[in-house]
Amino acid sequence: MEEVKLFRTWSSPFALRVVWALKLKGVEYETVYEDLANKSSSLLEYNPVHKKVPILLHNGTPICESLVILEYIDERWNTTARFLPEDPLARATARFWAKFNDDQVAPSVFRAYVSQGVEQEEAIGPALEKLDIVEKQLTGKKFFGGESFGFLDLVFGWIAKYLGIFEETGGIKLLEQDRFPQILEWKDRFSDIPVVKENWPDHEKLIAKFRLMRDYFNSTAARCSE
Amino acid sequence: MENVKLFGTWSSPFVKRIVWALKLKNVECEIIYEDLANKSPELLKYNPIHKKVPVLVHNEIPICESLVILEYIDETWKDVCPLLPKDPLDKAKERFWAKFGDEQVLPSFYGYIMKKGKDQEEAKDAALAHLKRVEQLLSENKFLSGESLGFLDLAFGWLAENSYPLEVVTGLKLLDEDSFPNLCAWKDKFLGIPVIQESWPDQETLIVKYQEIKKSRAE
Repeated sequence: MEEVKLFRTWSSPFALRVVWALKLKGVEYETVYEDLANKSSSLLEYNPVHKKVPILLHNGTPICESLVILEYIDERWNTTARFLPEDPLARATARFWAKFNDDQVAPSVFRAYVSQGVEQEEAIGPALEKLDIVEKQLTGKKFFGGESFGFLDLVFGWIAKYLGIFEETGGIKLLEQDRFPQILEWKDRFSDIPVVKENWPDHEKLIAKFRLMRDYFNSTAARCSE
Repeated sequence: MENVKLFGTWSSPFVKRIVWALKLKNVECEIIYEDLANKSPELLKYNPIHKKVPVLVHNEIPICESLVILEYIDETWKDVCPLLPKDPLDKAKERFWAKFGDEQVLPSFYGYIMKKGKDQEEAKDAALAHLKRVEQLLSENKFLSGESLGFLDLAFGWLAENSYPLEVVTGLKLLDEDSFPNLCAWKDKFLGIPVIQESWPDQETLIVKYQEIKKSRAE
């Protein structure tokens, strides 16, 4: 009997990747919601190194870091819906772009959303440049995975919901139609996938949360610079 | 006919791990040494996003990011010296710790060596805490990857290779035998492996290199 638990917050896009992965594989699991201001002893026990979520607990053994979790899920439940292709080169390419997203795209977009004033103005250019590179990756493709969606779509999936949330709460516009037609088309296509459509967190709750987060960041930053 | 090229610098720990992997797999490879102050058009063509080394070029197709390259090498030349285990959980553990090594251990270690004053103290505390975790990984096994050398050992190979040269040059020691008996034993075992031992640069060359860096910083 498999025992699968997912430790997550309700709002984290990294956790959503794991939710999509588990549901696509038809894996039954229990969700444990964490409050990061008040981390449970389980969280600290299962991820002592980073003290973060998501954590996948499989038959009592924790796996941490969302990209590591995705590959684990793909390999462990390997008879259905493979996310990563078989070919080593295609796999290396997917891993390269996944790292690029996590190391560069997401942080630069986050910075453009969370900052304000001059700092925000200066953050927008770099975010757009990273998104230009993402746009190029979609040339001639329906999904990042090609004809059908896969690992890389799960990795970039946050863009389909959270980028809009960041735009609204950060007071910025990033995904202009002229500059990012492919991303915008992919966004709709990706969001239509049932597992994706059915598992977005509540939109209004996300708006409220990210508005609050931005205020908090900026008030902390203001205090630090006084 | 396989055509394998590796763009790198002779001193980069990220490049070295690729050299080791290719040697362990008996893959013939042409190494092209880059001057990072004057990057070749080929490097910029093969890694336009990051413009960094290492880049593995296999039959004219580039693969970038050293941990991605290691997995590519392991999957492509899979019959010789497997680097990652077959079990998904064991694989996940090695990937997790390799990421930890690159994102936390390596920066804090080099931070300790390169920084000064309060920054150096903080880097030292961080490095020691990180090294304790790696020490624990070796409590049951000879190598980080288990009974024999593997992916995680190559990922942490920079620690085995550079700790002594840096110690000699800076007088700063992190890997002492009392605090880190497992890591010190692992270090000797790792450096004793023929393929590792025979790879250039050797410890003497690294000492010279770090001495030159130290001198140039002092000027």
